[in-house]
Amino acid sequence: METKPAEAVWLTEELEFSLAELAERSGLSEAELHELVDYGAITPVNPDSPQWVFQGRCLVTVRTACRLRVSFDLEPHEVALVISLLDRIQDLEAQVRSLRAQLPHRIR
Amino acid sequence: MKYKDYYKILGVDRDAGADQIKKAYRKLAHKYHPDVSKNPAGEEKFKEVAEAYDTLKDSEKRAAYDQLGRYQPGQDFQPPPDWSKQFSDTESSFEGIDLESLLAGLAAGRHRAGGRTGQIRMPGEDYEVTAHISLEDAFRGTEIELNLTVPEYDEKGLFRRVPRTFKVRIPKGATDGQRLRLAGRGGKGINGGRDGDLYLNIALHPHPLFRVSGHDLYLDLPLAPWEAVLGANVEVPTLGGPVYLKVPPNTRAGQQLRLSRRGLPKSHNREGDLFAIAQIVVPTAAGERERVLFKQLADASTFNPRGHFQQEVRSGN
Repeated sequence: METKPAEAVWLTEELEFSLAELAERSGLSEAELHELVDYGAITPVNPDSPQWVFQGRCLVTVRTACRLRVSFDLEPHEVALVISLLDRIQDLEAQVRSLRAQLPHRIR
Repeated sequence: MKYKDYYKILGVDRDAGADQIKKAYRKLAHKYHPDVSKNPAGEEKFKEVAEAYDTLKDSEKRAAYDQLGRYQPGQDFQPPPDWSKQFSDTESSFEGIDLESLLAGLAAGRHRAGGRTGQIRMPGEDYEVTAHISLEDAFRGTEIELNLTVPEYDEKGLFRRVPRTFKVRIPKGATDGQRLRLAGRGGKGINGGRDGDLYLNIALHPHPLFRVSGHDLYLDLPLAPWEAVLGANVEVPTLGGPVYLKVPPNTRAGQQLRLSRRGLPKSHNREGDLFAIAQIVVPTAAGERERVLFKQLADASTFNPRGHFQQEVRSGN
């Protein structure tokens, strides 16, 4: 049993990863990550720089991408498509949550 | 060890071809994959389906599995005496391991026969789990204990699922759907490979008073009609304790009154806001004196709350 509580880091926009770190932590290769950037599924903070840097929450996206690729045996462009759709669903869900939070309780 | 019927899990016959198995797996994966399915039981179900497919798609593993014999799902069984010689070069006993570990051991043995394991660096597995916490805990930060059954390789390189307890400190700043990463707290790396990470997906329990949107909170603020008209200083609860809110005169129902920085904490000492949504409520049974006073108000007032109906009807014509 672990006795000492582990230190935790929020995966937010303030945390940043290099391409190599993202590859190491996600299980996708750097070439596959390049393709995901080409298809617009993930975007570096500095797209014009040769040393790409990604927001912390990108790690959540590419880990999902890796799981989908393995589980469904998908090509990178198919992974990119699914990721874009999942992102849109997530945005819409966040909007629904936000609108629901603003509805007075009794008429909900 | 408990028997699992992998054919039944995938819903295919025992003589199904590779294509049929793949198709059945894909169909079930579409239905239960935790990244695409909203089914709360999906994750467990998908693990089961993936485990079944992992064995049946590999002809050698499938043959080894078939040789174990047929039992009822969940029935206790032991591999036949010659099974180990035929399919595995490990001398380990089968005690305390489950079917998945047994067949994974077979794959590991195959790697060893190829003379590759021993040198290959393998990163430890990442674990991902949803942590349900209260809004109060998200506000203050909290320490939670997680009990997980995690896949691990023992010193002989044998795969097992073992129960482990993790103590995790969740810093303040959590909100629904936020991810936390605990570096190095996943599975142990093999042959010098890095240790895996532990990912926590934060889910907030619904709160009886506050509704959450990002780091902002929403609260219904019931007001008596005279409070809404005359304005009032009312006490409202916040996660940090009650505060006074000045309700301006002529506040309408649905109007949002902002209590700046009284929402959930964010990083860098910033906070979300708390919005009190005005609701005009009336007594369920007005007393005699109240009725008299309301009657006087009704007689004296020229206010017509539905004045715009007629205007709109006229302009519509």
